[in-house]
Amino acid sequence: MFDFRVVPAGDAALLVEWPPRIDVETSSRVVSMAGAIRARYGARVRDVVVGYCSVTVYYDPLETDPAALEADLRLIATSPPPASSGPSAVVRIPVRYGGEEGPDLADVAAFAGCTPADIVARHSSTTFRVFVVGFVPGFPYMYPLSGAERWLDIPRRATPRTRVPAGSVAIAMGQTGIYPMETPGGWHVIGRTDAKPYDPDRRDRPFLLQPGDQVRFDVARA
Amino acid sequence: MTAMAHVSVVRPGMLTTIQDLGRWGHQQSGVPVAGPMDAYSHRLANRLVGNPDGAAALEITLLGPVLEAHGDIVCAVAGAEFELTAGDRPAPMHRAVTIAPGERLRFAGRAAGARATLAVRGGFDVPPLFGSRSTSVLSRMGPFGGRALLAGDELAVGPPPAGPARPAGLPLGLPSGGARLRVVAGPHDGMFTPEALEVLAGARFVVTPQSNRMGYRLEGPKLAHRTSADILSDATPIGSLQVPASGQPILLMADRQTTGGYPRIATVISADLPLAGQLAPGDWIAFDFCTRDEAVRALGELEARLEGSRS
Repeated sequence: MFDFRVVPAGDAALLVEWPPRIDVETSSRVVSMAGAIRARYGARVRDVVVGYCSVTVYYDPLETDPAALEADLRLIATSPPPASSGPSAVVRIPVRYGGEEGPDLADVAAFAGCTPADIVARHSSTTFRVFVVGFVPGFPYMYPLSGAERWLDIPRRATPRTRVPAGSVAIAMGQTGIYPMETPGGWHVIGRTDAKPYDPDRRDRPFLLQPGDQVRFDVARA
Repeated sequence: MTAMAHVSVVRPGMLTTIQDLGRWGHQQSGVPVAGPMDAYSHRLANRLVGNPDGAAALEITLLGPVLEAHGDIVCAVAGAEFELTAGDRPAPMHRAVTIAPGERLRFAGRAAGARATLAVRGGFDVPPLFGSRSTSVLSRMGPFGGRALLAGDELAVGPPPAGPARPAGLPLGLPSGGARLRVVAGPHDGMFTPEALEVLAGARFVVTPQSNRMGYRLEGPKLAHRTSADILSDATPIGSLQVPASGQPILLMADRQTTGGYPRIATVISADLPLAGQLAPGDWIAFDFCTRDEAVRALGELEARLEGSRS
């Protein structure tokens, strides 16, 4: 419970940091801490940002006493998290695997020593958890929810692509992600979805996924 | 009433973007803050035309644009020192200037600094996204699809501000060939060798051409990590000095991504960020460590300068 530190990240942010582990327990603490800070401070802080095992709080140095904020963050971090409102809903994302939209599926299968169909079966039967959203607006970094279930620990492509199409579903380094917009990218693209991780026209929910959300990929019918 | 006043872009300059004070509050969804590289000059230019500090203005980089007024436009330029012409008259920096309909405002020779802010009375009236009119080229967010301005773009000007004008103080002191920037240590200073911290405090670094609004890649003596050059990604404040395995630091600036996976040895203090924003490739940087209390005092002094108060 006291295995965290609060340190300045410059003169306008405080970093609350837990030991460097990627696991659901740490991620849950981070997500609930971020929620508690937002609930308590609202617009009195500039931003609250979730990392894999950290929460960063941005504040206005001319309006905020950093020592008081720091003490309060310690208090929040050592308080029991608020009772959860039950397991979060699972966001289902249909994917067209393989073919032109998933050009790296065969390579991934070769790396894993199995068939492309095995990769599809595994990817679409795993529940993932969103740990961090970053890189570009809406890009979810996801690991399998069950820590025991090791997903493919495949290194990034030796040569990143200069253009990965929007909607590409990709894997690398034990993670899976969805490209919200066309960008350069080094992950292995195994399929594509029409679900948009970022859609400014979706006014009520421009970002499909937030840290802490759960995701299942479904095989889309051609 | 005729059509609303607007400004058209005759020549865009090297990199001219619309910025306000940034898109805050959505970094958890991966939305970069963006905003001005030199927030001091942004605020000063706005104050000179009676705008609130956060009104949308143009950030002009190295080579300035040619703009044409449609309707009477009251404007002011702060930050990097350019030779300005309004119609056929030389125009001063750091003063409100009126451009008549059909007249052009030209930015010519740049004497010092890297980035100027052009504010117009009423601000640029472009549609906000998540409450901000800042342009983030990387994430394609903000006005004009998040791109830099092009010839032919038309920029609507908003109605004159209602509130009283805020005091406008002295211009920012511009760097000449380089700058000393104050930093506070960390947050990951413990991941570096003690020598790395001494090197950071004692050496000069050079801003390389691989530098932009996202960050400045610096060249200098290597800053050695104790063991690993990787961290699990966390938030990346502006001013962070992140150090990848090469040992060559990158100073993260306005358009940085929201999170990053390299340890950050030190962070430039808020009071010195405007000065950092005035540096260009080829300029040197030296870093001086200070405490957080000193950093906040320095910011208070800079704020007093903007207010025009004598201290």
